Amino acid sequence: MNFWNFIISHLDEIWSQTVEHLVLTMASMTLATLVGVAVGIGLTRAEKLSNPVLGFVGIIQTIPSLALLGFLLPIFGIGVTPAIIALFLYGLLPIVRNTYTGIREVDPAVKDASMGMGMTNFQLLRYVELPLAFPVILAGIRTATVINVGVATLCALIAAGGLGEFIFRGITLNNQQMILAGAIPASILAVALDTGIGFIQRKPTSLRTWLLLGTSSLLILIGFLSSGSVTKSKLIAGFNSEFIEREDGYMGLDSLYDLPIEIKEMEISLMYRALHNGDVDVIDGFSTDGRIKEFNLKSLIDDKKYFPPYYAAPIVNALVLERHPEIVTALNLIADKLNDERMAELNYLVDGKKMELSAVASTFLKEINIYADADAGSSDEPDVVIGSKAFTENFLLAHIFAQVIENKTSLKTKLELGFGGTKLIFDALRLGEIDIYPEYTGTGYLVLLQKSAKDVSDFTNPDVIYNDVKKEFAERHNLHWLNPLGFNNTFAIMMRTNQADSLKISSVSDLSDYLKSK
Amino acid sequence: MLRDISFSVEPAETVVLLGPSGCGKTTLLRLVNRLENANRGTIEIDGENINNKSKESLRRSIGYVIQDTGLLPHLNVKQNIELVGKICDNEISEKKVNELLSLIGLEQEVLLKRPSELSGGQQQRIGLARALATDPEIILMDEPFSALDNITRSQLQDDFQNLTDLDSKTILLVTHDVQEAFKLGDRIVLLYEGQIQQYGTPLELLNKPANSHVEAFLKKDKFVLGLQTFKYGESSLLNFLNAQEVKAEDKKEAMEDFFKQIH
Repeated sequence: MNFWNFIISHLDEIWSQTVEHLVLTMASMTLATLVGVAVGIGLTRAEKLSNPVLGFVGIIQTIPSLALLGFLLPIFGIGVTPAIIALFLYGLLPIVRNTYTGIREVDPAVKDASMGMGMTNFQLLRYVELPLAFPVILAGIRTATVINVGVATLCALIAAGGLGEFIFRGITLNNQQMILAGAIPASILAVALDTGIGFIQRKPTSLRTWLLLGTSSLLILIGFLSSGSVTKSKLIAGFNSEFIEREDGYMGLDSLYDLPIEIKEMEISLMYRALHNGDVDVIDGFSTDGRIKEFNLKSLIDDKKYFPPYYAAPIVNALVLERHPEIVTALNLIADKLNDERMAELNYLVDGKKMELSAVASTFLKEINIYADADAGSSDEPDVVIGSKAFTENFLLAHIFAQVIENKTSLKTKLELGFGGTKLIFDALRLGEIDIYPEYTGTGYLVLLQKSAKDVSDFTNPDVIYNDVKKEFAERHNLHWLNPLGFNNTFAIMMRTNQADSLKISSVSDLSDYLKSK
Repeated sequence: MLRDISFSVEPAETVVLLGPSGCGKTTLLRLVNRLENANRGTIEIDGENINNKSKESLRRSIGYVIQDTGLLPHLNVKQNIELVGKICDNEISEKKVNELLSLIGLEQEVLLKRPSELSGGQQQRIGLARALATDPEIILMDEPFSALDNITRSQLQDDFQNLTDLDSKTILLVTHDVQEAFKLGDRIVLLYEGQIQQYGTPLELLNKPANSHVEAFLKKDKFVLGLQTFKYGESSLLNFLNAQEVKAEDKKEAMEDFFKQIH
């Protein structure tokens, strides 16, 4: 599909994202202008405060935009509100500073003559200082607007919409056209706003025209926001960008179950809290995430077996097995010892209770009568190197592997934790940089073998997939899948337990029925 | 820093505050419309302490003209004049604007121009027109002609003298220019280091300087000033010349020069 086809087929979405983007920028800029100009004027009347206040808004500006969004999340949750607040804070500095400087730089003779005429403080502001500082103030608004069009793309990460949705989806899926579909309109928007304000700057208009313009844009904005807050469906879903766009994500789910639901796009790591806070009602989580327990969430049963199985198992380089065959016996001791719920609890001990990974690993092993040393995995001359991907569950499993091996064999192990991606850790294993890591059958099948649902008889049968990857990995890569650990960390559609219970929803089909009912 | 300042001004009188820079003459002027605040002492207008009124209403009753004109650069001439009325809720009619314009000797076409499009002299005339727009009885002028070139300055000074509308106004004018002070002032307050050295008519200052400061300040311009006193009558000029230790031929030459000038 070429770029133009992509644009044309996504025109509706590009348009609605552009409008969202414009609304985010304009709402925050209207606020920032009102507050910034007021603060700037205040500073000219209380000179002593000018240094501390300008310093303070300057510091806000230096906070990385993502971090600022992060700070606001616990207070304002996700969505348009924290996004507008963050953009508002970003817009403040140029406006406050330019208002202050602009007013201070009004010709003292003009002020003197005006005061000599008998102007009150307010008349001086209205007839002299504001009109004369106007071009400088407008230049500040202009700078802030252009900055904010850029920063507003980040707001897609907290479900505030805007052109960032395309950009981040494009990055996740490595789709250049999609990135451009977000980036180009954002650039056009920035240039257009910049030119527009520049035009006003050169063509002085009366204060009344400005007030009129300001109020009308505010009214349009309020109108837009209030119409936007009337939700079209009964429940709101928060899905991450990859899930929305992938054919084996929401699209396939919708065509199998029929789920007419309004979707907000958001970062994976934010979804659980968003669901917990009631910002959304349905998310696509992972079935063993620790936050399911922490936030009292419920995974809906995938009664039509849509999601592929993601059973975790150690995969091992064949060369190591030749040298140290006892590894297999050791790791088989933990085979089938975990289920979804238990794994979620262990994850919760780390994420929620902030316990050490090694301590949680040995706690688990103790339950199955393996009294391992929590310090395992730190040898300088290791016989076996154990890797992991960069998330809690994978960290934990790597620790468990190390402790079992050191306890049940005489081998020394070393942990290499936190590989940034599936492809990276897989290559490390093939090249012998690491010897073992925990992998999931679904990932092995879809991502590493690049096979699709149609390539096997029963895609949703865990044993079929496990046997397929086991066979193919051994043949193609000389890598061995050991016995699965017993839990399935697959995608799961989740809701708040109390809401799901009160609506009598326990499976995805129930959810579909509820959404379709009047 | 001003000390021991005490003087009174008669209605319709033009009093010049004269002195070298830093003597406090501008501060003294700005005390009258309360752009500066006095630590001690009182200023009364028609027997009423100026502190009894609000700053704004005091200032609205007094015209104020400054060296840099202080016209609003974003408004045209007409809007500049009308603004005075706007701030005192006292609308200035089109007719009044035209009257003011002809009074200060400018054409209608300047009305729609911005101050920056006018010459320095024109700007200063507009500044005066603005001060007169609300018909104040008192006008304060701070070095009104100092920023202008010599020719424009003496033109404006002459026009200022000839403006009959100003005859009824009580005017306080600040200048460091001795000749301007003698030309325009009915009486002169000569200030030096924050104190009044002498308060009197130009002739009194010239002929009976109160102290060495007064004498020293007038010394450089003394001869020209003497000639200017001609306006008080030919005899006073001759008296002055006779009193000077000047050679007879020089006197004759000076007289000829002077008559050439005034004809």
